[in-house]
Amino acid sequence: MAKNILERAVDWGRRKSPWIIHFNAGACNGCDIEVVDALTPRYDLERFGILQQGTPRHSDVLVCTGAVTLQTRDRLKQIYEQMPEPKFVVAVGTCACTGGIFDGCYCVSGGIDSVIPVDAYVPGCAARPEAIIDAVVKLLSALEAAQKAEPSEQ
Amino acid sequence: MSKITIPIGPQHPSLKEPGCFTITLEGEKVVNAVVGVGYNHRGLEKACEARTYIQDLYIIERVCGICSHTHSTAFCQAVEELAGVEIPRRAAYIRVIMAELERMHSHLLWLGVAAHEIGFDTLFMYSWRDREKVLDILAELGGNRVNYGINTLGGVRRDLEPQMADEIRAMLDIVEEQNKYYIQLALSETTLAARLSGIGKLSHEDALRLGAVGPVSRASNVDTDIRVIDKYAAYDEVPVTAITDDHCDVFGRAVVRVLEIMESIKMIRWSLDNLPDGELTAKMPRRIPEGEVFSRTEAPRGEDTHYVRANGTDKPDRVRVRAASEANWHSVKHMLEGDYLADVPIIIAAIDPCYSCTDRSIVLRSAAGERVWDWAALRRYGIEHYKKQGFDASKIKIAERKIIR
Repeated sequence: MAKNILERAVDWGRRKSPWIIHFNAGACNGCDIEVVDALTPRYDLERFGILQQGTPRHSDVLVCTGAVTLQTRDRLKQIYEQMPEPKFVVAVGTCACTGGIFDGCYCVSGGIDSVIPVDAYVPGCAARPEAIIDAVVKLLSALEAAQKAEPSEQ
Repeated sequence: MSKITIPIGPQHPSLKEPGCFTITLEGEKVVNAVVGVGYNHRGLEKACEARTYIQDLYIIERVCGICSHTHSTAFCQAVEELAGVEIPRRAAYIRVIMAELERMHSHLLWLGVAAHEIGFDTLFMYSWRDREKVLDILAELGGNRVNYGINTLGGVRRDLEPQMADEIRAMLDIVEEQNKYYIQLALSETTLAARLSGIGKLSHEDALRLGAVGPVSRASNVDTDIRVIDKYAAYDEVPVTAITDDHCDVFGRAVVRVLEIMESIKMIRWSLDNLPDGELTAKMPRRIPEGEVFSRTEAPRGEDTHYVRANGTDKPDRVRVRAASEANWHSVKHMLEGDYLADVPIIIAAIDPCYSCTDRSIVLRSAAGERVWDWAALRRYGIEHYKKQGFDASKIKIAERKIIR
C-alpha cells in the first residue's frame, strides 16, 4: 500500500531522530563506557539526532553490549519484545558479535544473535566510539534506502 | 502505613550495567533493600583454569573494562611470585604510571556518572570531556582506549618513550587545572553539598564491620589503602598519601575521589621524573611451580584481591578474583535503609558499582543462615538450577583450545 503524507513524516522522523536504548547483556564494561563516551562532548552522537532513552517502549534502536549470560538472556528477549516496530539491534563489541573471549564459558550462551536478530555488528575490544557512530550512521542510511524503495502516494 | 515493594532493574535508566534492587518502601522511606547481582556472571574463573597463564592474562583483563589494569597487575604479581621472578624496576614504574592514569580516568568517569544521577548534566559533560584527554594518553601508552594490555608476565609490553613523558606532563597540566575547578565545586558549591550531604550514611564502625573498601571506607575515615599498607609494584618508592575524610556520607565519597585525582597527578609526575632505566621484562618460565599466592592491589574502587593456585603445569589450578565492588555491596544495603527513594540512585552510584567485577560470588545466604559452598556443591547447584529452567548445563564442556607455540 502506498504511503500517505503522515506515514512519510513518521519515516522522516525515524530517520532523523532515532532514539536508542543501551543494554548490557554481560559485558566487561569496556564497551559500555565507550557507548556512553559516544554521547559525550568529544564524539557527541546527539548531533545525528540520537537520544538515549531509559525505557525500551520509547526506543527504536537497541544498542547491546557483551556476551549474553544465562541470567540476562530472558531479560534481553523481554526488552526486545517491548520495543515498538520497526526496531533495530546494534551489537557493540566482539563479545556481542560472537561471544568473543567468553565464548564457551559455562554461563554464556554466545553473541547477541544467539537470542535476538541483529542488524549491525561493531567488532572491537572495546569498540571505539567512532566505530559505534559509523555503525549507527550506516544503519540509518540503510533504513533510508529501504524507506525510499517503498512506494509513496506522490 | 502500607508497604510497597519496587523492583528496580535489571535494565534501568540510571546505570549502564544490569543489577536488580528490590526496594521496600514505607511512604517515601526505604525500609528494606535487597541487592540482586549476578547478571554479569560469565564464569571467567573457570575459563582461566582451561587456558594457559599467558592466555589468562587477557581474560583477567576483561574482568572489568574500567579497572582492567589493576586486575592484570594483581594476576601478574601472583604468577610472578609463584615463579619467583622479580620484575625490572622500569616495568614496576610503568605499571604505577598506568595504574594512576587509570585511577584518574575512573574517578573522572565516576564524577560524571554521579553528577548525572543528581541531575547535574553539565558536570557530567565537563568531566567526561576531560576524561578523553586521559584516555588519549592511555591509548598511546597501551595501544587501546580500554583494556590496554600493557602488562605481561614478568614486566610490561611497551616502553615509555621520552617524548611520551612530555605529552603526559602536558595532559596532566590541563587536567590538573580542570580538577582544581572540580575540587572547588565539590567543596564550596552549596547546591551540590546540600544534595550530597547526609545521605547514604556509613559510620566509621559500620564501614569496618561491613568490610567496606576503597574510597567508600576512606570517606568513613578508615585509613585503608593497599598502596600504603601493602606496597606493591613501585609504590615502595613513589610517595603515596591516602586521602581520608570524616563526612561518612556521599559528599565525603565525592571529596575523597576528587582529591585522589590530584594525588594521582602528583604521583605520575614524580614517577616520570624518577623513571629508572633498564629492561622491560624478566624471563618467565612457561610452567609455574606448585604453590598458592594471594595478591592484592588498590583498584580505583578499592582493594582488589586475586588468588592463584598453581599445580606445576602451564595452566592454573584455581583462580579467584574478589574485586572491590563485591566487598562494597554489603554496605549498600545498610546505606539505603532509612533514606528516601529519590536518593537511591546516587547512593548506589556513590560506591562506584561495577557489576562485571562483582559477579563471581560463591557464598550464598539462605533463610536458615549463612552457608559456604564448595566448588563441587556449587556446580551441582548450578546444574540443578538451570535444569529446572529447561537448560541442561551439564552437557556444556569448556573447549580445550589448541595452543600454537
